Amino acid sequence: MAETTRREFMLGEGSGTGSGPQNVHVGIGPAHPAMHGIIRITTELDGEVIVGADVEIGYLHRAFEKDCEHGGWNNAIPYTDRLNYVSPLINNFGYASAVEKLLGIDITERCKYIRVIMSEISRVCDHLTCVGASAMELGAFTVFLYMIKAREFLWELVEDVTGARLTISYGRVGGVKADLPAGFGDKVVHAFKETREVLDEVHRLLTGNRIFMDRMVGVGALSREETIGYAITGPLLRAVGVPYDVRRAQPYYVYERLQFEVPTQQDGDNYSRYLVRMAEMEQSMRIVEQALAAIPAGPVNVDFAGRPIDPASYVDQGKQGKTEGLLLVPLTLSPNLEGQQRAALRRVNVADKRVVLPPKENAYGSIEGLMNHFMLIMEGYGIQPPPGEAYFAVEGANGELGFYVVSDGGDRPYRVRCRPPCLPPMAALHRMIKGEMVGDLIPTFGSVNMIGGELDR
Amino acid sequence: MSILAELQRRFGDAIVETHEHRGDLTGVVARDALLAVLAHCRDDAALAFDVLMDLTAVDYLKFPGREDGPRFEVVYHLYSIARNHRLRLKVRLDEDDPRVPSAVAIWPIANWLEREAWDMFGVRFEGHPDPRRLLLYEEFVGHPLRKDYPINRRQPLIGPAS
Repeated sequence: MAETTRREFMLGEGSGTGSGPQNVHVGIGPAHPAMHGIIRITTELDGEVIVGADVEIGYLHRAFEKDCEHGGWNNAIPYTDRLNYVSPLINNFGYASAVEKLLGIDITERCKYIRVIMSEISRVCDHLTCVGASAMELGAFTVFLYMIKAREFLWELVEDVTGARLTISYGRVGGVKADLPAGFGDKVVHAFKETREVLDEVHRLLTGNRIFMDRMVGVGALSREETIGYAITGPLLRAVGVPYDVRRAQPYYVYERLQFEVPTQQDGDNYSRYLVRMAEMEQSMRIVEQALAAIPAGPVNVDFAGRPIDPASYVDQGKQGKTEGLLLVPLTLSPNLEGQQRAALRRVNVADKRVVLPPKENAYGSIEGLMNHFMLIMEGYGIQPPPGEAYFAVEGANGELGFYVVSDGGDRPYRVRCRPPCLPPMAALHRMIKGEMVGDLIPTFGSVNMIGGELDR
Repeated sequence: MSILAELQRRFGDAIVETHEHRGDLTGVVARDALLAVLAHCRDDAALAFDVLMDLTAVDYLKFPGREDGPRFEVVYHLYSIARNHRLRLKVRLDEDDPRVPSAVAIWPIANWLEREAWDMFGVRFEGHPDPRRLLLYEEFVGHPLRKDYPINRRQPLIGPAS
């Protein structure tokens, strides 16, 4: 074949490969700094305009749903941490609530409040990360640093409660791992003060900033009909003016008792999504403050006589037959188990021996407690929901996070299905970027807030 | 139960079974009537299920009591923004004929969700415009969420396309 001349190629003259205008295919990702993980977008470009795109996902697939089928019901909790790893607490609670629905049990009041508080703190973290990263990709690096600073304050709260920053594994079927630590309320006040200052600064830096608005207003828009057709929920749906929020539409935990707005915008472009997320952070902090004011205290250290003793001497006393009143003696637990003492555990967990592990004092100190512990941990025993199926949805940071669980009556889930809230917007991404410039792909992709762990499962 | 009763009244035998468990409404639909039922659910003013929240499948191969029955269920979770209600519809499929009509024409999100169900369960969606795998790669052998796919199976190494 004759070599295509430069003239043929550039102007499409003559015969051969250069006839007619040609679109260029450019692959973006999977390893691209703005792809937030690993996504491949194959674009077809006419000059700088995207005329078609194919989004390829699955690079982070690690068989979450298959793994869940190969362990007890509670064993799936650490896997759910790794779904949306920016707000793992919401995933924990969503999964636990789905199993609780299947079991037909209701969690304690204090636990409901704790779940609301921790979910909302996670939501703020998630939105901070999303807005900060999008702003950074548009060159506003300062905003990213400010927002990561605010997120750091919030992650310290999460660390205080759960003992970890990211892989928190704090939810449990029937409750949560441990009670809130002492002085948590004051720390929240401090962290929210810092966060609000950051949000105020970011508002002044971005909202109304000429460069930022030029890149965001009218870019990446999706019509209301298409947004609904693509089953998009969360901030992206509220950005087209549909005030759907699971917390408001089908309240769970104690959301119906708390005052909050569901912010909406009309245009459905990246700027609307930014405004919705900024407004939602303030609402989430409002919810946390109300929940902290209303959380039922519950008795601390009731009817315990004597000083706490350590588990070893506790076991010794039992061996020597000095069992009178032993079950009521408080134990000093290792710092790893802080917040799991008998009183604390009762406040935050369902009083159902078939579901919730006994307090550590009982497991260490009495044969009943030990048996109870083993019955829940041993293979073939454990939590055994009756055969059936249940779907439970919570409002994740990106939209409706649903878990569909099927039980065959055994101690392992028969099927766990996660409805990832960022899959629908990714399925619609090729519609958002069609007809836009290549450079606009970056803020649009940022506003979708793709989280690889959740998208690919 | 009014949603399920309404569907039964309209579609008769095509609604094979209904039940309500833990507040979730479930209807099992005959495969031939699936698209008609789904379209009705979306377009009927009283139902107005405008969102296909989720589409997935379940393999009942090892479910106690259902080993011999239809092996697969394709599960549609519908939600209505206007009416604020939910509905779960299911289609049962035999092992030797795991095919359902595609719902892409009704909800565009079905495109990716059906690709994932094909990828994970090997259920064919007839009339799907783009029937590729979604999460795994084309050279992957088998469908990993099937109950007879062992969790520790290794896949053959693939090289760059030659």
